[in-house]
Amino acid sequence: MIAEDIDLNAIKEISGVLKSSWNYDFSEYATTSFMRRISRAKEIFRIGSNAELIVKIKSDKNFTEELVREITVNTTEMFRDPSFWRKLREDILPELAKLSTIRIWHAACSSGEEVYTMAILLNEMGISNYSIIATDINDEVIEKAKSGLYLNRNMELNTQNYNRFLGGVDFKKYYNHFSVDVVKMNPDLLRNVHFRKHDLVIGTPFSKFDLVLCRNVMIYFNMSLQNKVLSLIEQSLFSGSYLAIGSKESIAWCAASNHFKTISAEEKIYQKITTLGS
Amino acid sequence: MYKIIVIGGSAGSFPLIQKLLAKLPASYNTPIVLCLHRLKHIRHGFVEALNLKSAKQIIEPDDKEKIQKGRVYLAPANYHLMADIGNIFSLSTSDMVSFSRPSINVAFDTFSYIFKEKMLGVILSGANSDGAMGLYMAKKRGAKVITQSPAEATIKTMPEAAIHLMPDIKQLNIDEIIEYILSHDSIKIEV
Repeated sequence: MIAEDIDLNAIKEISGVLKSSWNYDFSEYATTSFMRRISRAKEIFRIGSNAELIVKIKSDKNFTEELVREITVNTTEMFRDPSFWRKLREDILPELAKLSTIRIWHAACSSGEEVYTMAILLNEMGISNYSIIATDINDEVIEKAKSGLYLNRNMELNTQNYNRFLGGVDFKKYYNHFSVDVVKMNPDLLRNVHFRKHDLVIGTPFSKFDLVLCRNVMIYFNMSLQNKVLSLIEQSLFSGSYLAIGSKESIAWCAASNHFKTISAEEKIYQKITTLGS
Repeated sequence: MYKIIVIGGSAGSFPLIQKLLAKLPASYNTPIVLCLHRLKHIRHGFVEALNLKSAKQIIEPDDKEKIQKGRVYLAPANYHLMADIGNIFSLSTSDMVSFSRPSINVAFDTFSYIFKEKMLGVILSGANSDGAMGLYMAKKRGAKVITQSPAEATIKTMPEAAIHLMPDIKQLNIDEIIEYILSHDSIKIEV
């Protein structure tokens, strides 16, 4: 719940300190969602007042990293929206496979579930000429993604999603039991994957891609920031490249949306078109 | 009068929602938001089922979509539905709350934060306590709150959780809730 002492002034002050102390910019995150995340983080870290939170942010880099991990949303699933992944398998990837190398960017990859999903999908299609760049704002979740360690209890949902995607094999083939509660994904899945730290909010374009996945990331941003981030993504795509966003996201009100045509309104897949002056 | 009506329900609430939607005239003005527990992986069918007997077209909003008068909205599958500044919806895939996504607590919390005393919050039949805490926050922020009476509810857990937190909450039968909603519309719209 949004705490009583978390109001517009409070989040302005907190995001101001995150920016001035450590260059994290949350000033254009969606307001009520951000308020809930801050309220929740204060409970998790047992911080009594906003003043105490601000002192800790200013003085403690490690704490701030943990705080950022808690206020950014890292909930994700393998094969979330199975019909989306089927669409990629049936319509998008066969087209891209004609390229010498398919360059894929997972923008805000979080703990890597969709990176493994993509690697499994490409693997099952027999496509090996690809390169995946997976980026996130948070080092710790990148390390988690690299480790391939996931809670066993999450594998039930991941397996259900995979089966609804109509995957080719028993999903167990892709991981081994690491301990009673933890599984480890087959490390070979990451052979064409590179992770790097990148913040969509303050970052700049760093390369160009044939396919960008940025699913359920921009929902945490306000409309002004969505506009900027879509522009950054648009500049990171070749003409004819594809963008995938979450099933209930929209780019309609972003200025950069006129660079895109809709490939699948249902699965929210867009293609960058050639426009005058680009 | 209310600027928004938020209704939370789970097991046993579907026939009640259908009954409300069947009685709601096309000219009903106040936006209604339905936050109902539903299967996470089934994106289609629910909104269509609700549309069948209603003069209203029920919509699953996209992220940052404007909340408009005269509309009935349904929280989409596998997302939390929130309100944000500027009378817009905001979605989230963050952790389940009370084992639920969409969570009724999240909806009541954020809609009441934005709409305060201009919100009416209603909780219906359901088998867990999701919604009670959110409705409690809504009440603290001045919202009007109603629960279906547990005696009538198919599954009492959700109304009882609300009553536990708010012993003085208004308890109505579904016909009374529908009557209350119909008689508390803001100015009717032309259709």
